[in-house]
Amino acid sequence: MTAKISIQHVYKSFRVQRNLGHLKEEFHPISALQDIHLDVRQGEFMVIVGPSGCGKSTLLDLLAGLSKPSSGRILLDGKPIEGPNLDRGIVFQQYALFPWKTALANVEFGLEAKGIGRRQRRKIAKEFLELVGLAGFENRYPHELSGGMRQRVAIARSLAYDPDVLLMDEPFAALDAQTRETLQSELLRIWEATGKTVIFITHGIDEAVYLGQRVAVMTSRPGRIKRIVDIPFASRSGEEDFRSDSAFVKLRHEVWDLLKDEVSKAQEQEKSNSLEAFPGGRSPLKGAVADG
Amino acid sequence: MADGGVGRTLVLREKSGFGPPGRLLARLGKLLKNTVVIAAFLALWEIAPRAGLVDGTFLPPLSEVAEAWWRLLLSGDLADHALASLSRSAGGFFLAIAVSIPLGLAIGWWKPVSEYLNPMLELLRNTAALAILPVFILLLGLGETSKVAIVFYACFFPLLINTISGVRNVDPLLIKSARSMGLSSVRLFRKVMIPASIPTIFVGIRQAAASSILVLVAAEMVGAKSGLGYLIQYAQFSFLIPDMYAGIITISAIGLIANYALVALERRLTGWKQTYNE
Repeated sequence: MTAKISIQHVYKSFRVQRNLGHLKEEFHPISALQDIHLDVRQGEFMVIVGPSGCGKSTLLDLLAGLSKPSSGRILLDGKPIEGPNLDRGIVFQQYALFPWKTALANVEFGLEAKGIGRRQRRKIAKEFLELVGLAGFENRYPHELSGGMRQRVAIARSLAYDPDVLLMDEPFAALDAQTRETLQSELLRIWEATGKTVIFITHGIDEAVYLGQRVAVMTSRPGRIKRIVDIPFASRSGEEDFRSDSAFVKLRHEVWDLLKDEVSKAQEQEKSNSLEAFPGGRSPLKGAVADG
Repeated sequence: MADGGVGRTLVLREKSGFGPPGRLLARLGKLLKNTVVIAAFLALWEIAPRAGLVDGTFLPPLSEVAEAWWRLLLSGDLADHALASLSRSAGGFFLAIAVSIPLGLAIGWWKPVSEYLNPMLELLRNTAALAILPVFILLLGLGETSKVAIVFYACFFPLLINTISGVRNVDPLLIKSARSMGLSSVRLFRKVMIPASIPTIFVGIRQAAASSILVLVAAEMVGAKSGLGYLIQYAQFSFLIPDMYAGIITISAIGLIANYALVALERRLTGWKQTYNE
């Protein structure tokens, strides 16, 4: 099997500067990712799910080439990732649209970076706005669009410059439940139509099982891949909603079983972090946590 | 059915509220709100000296001031003084724009530079421009140069500081997004940093325009042979009190016009942001 993306024994740690006010500034390295090993096939829809703060977004930054692994390597088509490039497109949770550009100009932005001529650019951008269902909204500014529409523009922008891989960082987390479900099925339609390799990061279990062909479950910090769950459905965009399917429920439960310990561990970590940051309430509470 | 009917009548009623006659009424209401206090103020100005509430020698009624203004306008004095003032303040203002916006962009972009420069900028910014006026006069003489220089100094810091903070406060996500599309630093700067910081830069431009007029008038009162500040000061010394008020009115009119022109320009350049403010 040839992998489109091959993440090989990747570690990433940060040196975090903590200012505790009365104390001197402390530097201590925090390990964000530990021995991540994952192969993603050409055209695969891969979902990475994990508790909050597990390093999912760090992993995405590495894939995007915005930062470099502390050790290990990431190969794209067998070649190590050197930096950001238009062969990977990113969709962020907060849309990251340029507020001074219209929907059309936002979609054109990546095409301009690719060096495509003005007329061609406009034509492609229109096509992709149509693909995400926003024909007729070309001249609207981002603030004139709803959250769901903004995310559609952002998806169109990332698809328009034709990357091989689409990296999505919790793209639907900020949307309301109904818009999210609509966009999930739209995304599957677009994925089936374009055949892109998608790496989709989420903390939603339903979303992970619904979208992914495989779901990689991550542990709490430092993030490792705990298990990869296969989701063996042929087509998701069929007539009926397969979320009510008994197989879906079983898989959902399986993922939740893998995740629930990690979620409570992540919550403990968060608690002890905020105790460190506010040492006033430290001793009694810390005792309570240790007892529990 | 019944519900639908009620809904429809409600909608109709609401629509008629915004129909052509309603809109005219709303517009008149707005005009009234905008002018009523000013009209009352002007009326008070006219009546108070005539009724003997204030000494008419020191606060002549508005009609006398208007007469003096008209006389000054016809004689060409007003135009000469206004032109002298405008060319000084515009000179300093545009010079400051030409220098401090590029400088601010550069300082905001290179973090180490701003860390070194910040304390010095804070020091200079908090030194009132007029306090340095004697220094400018000593170094540059009483001529045009010292006036343009003081306006330049007064405009420089609001522009510089707003430009720096504009660049520094660009949403990091936009930068990340642009970088993920492989933009080079130069293009990132041109395509993302500059457009994103224009609204903040405009805050600086408006502050600078206001202080350019303020500082100039004060400077002309101290050492000048022309300009609106000189006209006001000279009229006071020669006991031409209506002329003095005519000068003051001219200055506030210039300030208002300049501000409206800049607001209009800002609307054009940052139209994408307008709806947030409304």
